[in-house]
Amino acid sequence: MTPCQACHVRDAEVELTQVMGDEVTTLRLCGKCAAERGTPTESQVTDSPLGAFLAAMGQGATPLAAAAATGEPCPTCGATLGDFRASGRLGCADCWVAFERPLRDLLRRVHGGTRHVGRRYLQAAEAGDPSSDLIRERLRLREALRDAVTAEHFELAAELRDRLRGLEG
Amino acid sequence: MTDSVGGGGEDDLPWLAASGPWADLVVSTRVRLARNLVGVGFRGRNSEADREGVLEQVQAAAADAPSLAGATLHRLDPLPLEGRQWLQERQLVSRELAGLDPGGRATGGGAVLVAGAVAVMLNEEDHLRMQGLRSGFALDEALADAERADGELGARLSFAFHPEFGYLTACPTNVGTGLRASVLIHLPGLVLTREIAKVLQGLAQVGLTYRGLYGEGSAVLGNLFQLSNQTTLGKSESELLDHLGRLVRQVMECEIQARDVLRRDAAAVLDDQVWRAWGVLSHARAVTFDELVELLSGVRLGVSLGILPPLPLGTMNRLLVLAQSAHLARAAGTSLEDEALAVHRATLVRRLLADEGRAR
Repeated sequence: MTPCQACHVRDAEVELTQVMGDEVTTLRLCGKCAAERGTPTESQVTDSPLGAFLAAMGQGATPLAAAAATGEPCPTCGATLGDFRASGRLGCADCWVAFERPLRDLLRRVHGGTRHVGRRYLQAAEAGDPSSDLIRERLRLREALRDAVTAEHFELAAELRDRLRGLEG
Repeated sequence: MTDSVGGGGEDDLPWLAASGPWADLVVSTRVRLARNLVGVGFRGRNSEADREGVLEQVQAAAADAPSLAGATLHRLDPLPLEGRQWLQERQLVSRELAGLDPGGRATGGGAVLVAGAVAVMLNEEDHLRMQGLRSGFALDEALADAERADGELGARLSFAFHPEFGYLTACPTNVGTGLRASVLIHLPGLVLTREIAKVLQGLAQVGLTYRGLYGEGSAVLGNLFQLSNQTTLGKSESELLDHLGRLVRQVMECEIQARDVLRRDAAAVLDDQVWRAWGVLSHARAVTFDELVELLSGVRLGVSLGILPPLPLGTMNRLLVLAQSAHLARAAGTSLEDEALAVHRATLVRRLLADEGRAR
């Protein structure tokens, strides 16, 4: 376990990403220190409504805000986290995969956890989840492409772009 | 399956029949499950053609589903305002899908499939919203209705499901089970003893929320509150219902205690109020819907406490729908703009009371 970066005593349970201007900082914190900074842990059921959370995104204190700042769209429908912030609604089912990590943080705040324990959809269980894997691969390639362009590795970038085009049909 | 342009039996409202458990306090129970189809964008990111596709897929699946094969399909977009409002007054579609808000219009491809106590709303915020609607306090029965439709349609369609998050919805407040259960409960005792704010605050702390008669954003009228679960993820369907059911029972106990307090400490005022409500209800020649619901609250309380002579709960419940504008306009062969709707409403009330031998 990583120790909490604030008290250096307890184990870190949550990751707090803060965006100040152009600077993004990530802190790994224990439940107590996270709570002191206003970030609930999975064990704390909060009644904060979606609207309040979306408003808080504007203050840049959540991973969703950090992701929203990058503006990477959902590979399937093209919706961005900025769109989600404006409407409170996702664009398609694949947005749940594209924005999986930041949404997890939102679910903790809204529902007190992220794991569905109710009825499981049999068709999905039988078929596996190939579409989610595909979306994750597309997101990974896009990120690698962006890094390659930034680092001016143009041959690699061209190869990644071709692979991405292949996947996006 | 039969298509409809907004027709249907005027009195086909079994959920208002007051035949269910605790019908004295609870008007009705609703359980809805939100589902979306794989490969189609949510509203806001889908086209009219996508929504028509959803409609076609669901219609084909329903035609093959035993409990939905005889369902009636009401498409909203070809209907005039009155027809859309008529469906909304019967709690079959949301205000939003029906495009009832000022300047609103019906969503293209918006529709509802109705089969007995089950209604499947199509192309709302989520592609499918399946609801079971029952009389009285009947969470398990309403869930069974919705789950039957879910099972039959889910076997014939591909619903979006995530291994961790469960059933995927357009709004994160519905993800997981996609289940929202709500109980429409009459709480005049708690309102009159001013205990209601405390009770509602307590409910909010344990994950319940309340709305008015017509769902999200609607005002509380006639001391009727819709109590429902706020979270949909992290608990199973039966745990969510148990939690809501337990709390509703506690609220019912508080309401009964509040009525005892009123009877003990404010008998004269209570007597006066319920008799006044009865007087106006049975003699008014023009009444607005909001006023009617407030009057019905007083009469309902008076009948329940034995202050007023008995009057069937089903008659009072049915007025909650039949005395609304689109129902009145249709029954009177007039329009929503008719200035005499308040007069038609009062006439309907007196006619129903006369049927019970209670007014002229």
